[in-house]
Amino acid sequence: MITSLKRIFKLGWKSLSYDWGVTATTIFVLVLTVSLITSIFLLKGVSQFLIQKIEEKIDISVYFKDDIVENKIMEVRDELLDISDAENIQYISKDQALQDFTERHEQEEVLMQSLAEVGVNPFLASINIKATDPTEYGQIAQFLETGDFGDSIQKVDYYEKKPVIERIFNLADSFKRVGIGLSILLVFFSFLVVLNTTRLAIYNLREEIQVQRLVGASNWFIRGPFLVQGMIAGAVSALIAFVIFISGCWLLSPNVSNLFSDLNVWEYFTGNLLSIILIQLGAGIFLGLISSFIAIRKHLKV
Amino acid sequence: MIKFENITKIYSPEAIALKDVSFEIEKKEFISIVGKSGAGKTTLLKLFLASEKPTQGRILFNNQDICDITPEDICQHRKKIGAVFQDYKLLDSKTAYENVVYIMEVLGKSDEEILRDVPKVLDIVGLTERSHHYPNELSAGERQRTAIARALIHRPEVILADEPTGNLDPYNASDIIHLLLKINEMGTTIILATHNKEIVNSLGKRVVTLDQGKLVRDEKKGRFIL
Repeated sequence: MITSLKRIFKLGWKSLSYDWGVTATTIFVLVLTVSLITSIFLLKGVSQFLIQKIEEKIDISVYFKDDIVENKIMEVRDELLDISDAENIQYISKDQALQDFTERHEQEEVLMQSLAEVGVNPFLASINIKATDPTEYGQIAQFLETGDFGDSIQKVDYYEKKPVIERIFNLADSFKRVGIGLSILLVFFSFLVVLNTTRLAIYNLREEIQVQRLVGASNWFIRGPFLVQGMIAGAVSALIAFVIFISGCWLLSPNVSNLFSDLNVWEYFTGNLLSIILIQLGAGIFLGLISSFIAIRKHLKV
Repeated sequence: MIKFENITKIYSPEAIALKDVSFEIEKKEFISIVGKSGAGKTTLLKLFLASEKPTQGRILFNNQDICDITPEDICQHRKKIGAVFQDYKLLDSKTAYENVVYIMEVLGKSDEEILRDVPKVLDIVGLTERSHHYPNELSAGERQRTAIARALIHRPEVILADEPTGNLDPYNASDIIHLLLKINEMGTTIILATHNKEIVNSLGKRVVTLDQGKLVRDEKKGRFIL
């Protein structure tokens, strides 16, 4: 058994080195497929990062009626802290709101004049909520409006922001679904290309396979070296794809960071190094193995 | 040892390769199967190699019906046979030496046995010096001698030779036939399918004649008569 396995590996390695042209073509196609799968993985990470960045910008504010005292507002804040998994809940007093507005618009004369004409502070005290999970905003808004504090609240701006929030969610959702569909489709097509390349390579050797059958070799003794070849080609292509991607990420990372602020591709790549190595190696070896297995099947019926 | 019983092979109503062929082959016998092209010689050998199944009849090899053989057992059956073909059927990606070694590997022989037996067989067929060449670097005669070495290496009970001299000049052809005779003298049954009249007549061995798929003559010390 061990002798047979050793021989199968030796034969696989020999056949691989015998016809370098065919081997190189197979490896080239496998590199393209492994690169495609790696790109899908990286794009998934990048899109998640960008969606997360957009989601981080979403928040809602609860405005309290003019006559509500600060203590009451603080109670609401504490309740909110208890019920929600909020990332940040910030109280903004009337004075703070006025100060923020003045600082933001001090260059705009018309606004400043209007504010002076009003004579009093027209701003309401509010609580600004930033949830860890943006899907919680609906629940938070409902809790505030239907709870004990309903009477103290002037308005919750969730409903003004709701269309935008939902649009972002829909967009993120469609992006994920289209991404998954497209990835499956691309991986399927590239698998077909790998399969057909292997099929052609094995088709060239069909006479050899027939001879092996005629001299009494078992199916596994014939199939084994092809599977070994597929595995080696897969592993080599994974290695090549890894080198391409690690250099690509290192070289392009500064440019990508300029384009999308805070997006560090190099950091993402090195942070997911093990997953990427496993994906590339797994995809390469699996594709090489399965395509050889399928391609050789029909030639073993002599 | 080998028994063909009422063998009929029909590919299509217009292509009937064998019609009710029956004969027996004894152990250590040297038998020539002769006939024109298309007479059914190769089909008969293919049936014996279990590459194809007869439409009717059965083939017994050491009392085992090889027509009922399972695909898994085909390789075991073929390991008992050595085969030599007109087109050599060598593995082009392997040298002459490796072609012979491959059979030993298929049979699961140890590295020591390979190192001991392969050079001996290559010496018997006169290929020692050319053994590390690939088939496309060998002459037709050398390729056929490699094929014989490969057929011989595992000391099979029977060697099938399907037109082994078909692509050879008279000198090489006679060389190959002498090799087959030598192997037969060592105790291996030889089944030679050929349409080479001179070779058959020079052998003075048993001749089975096929004509349009039918067995028309079976003589102990036969001649090529059609």
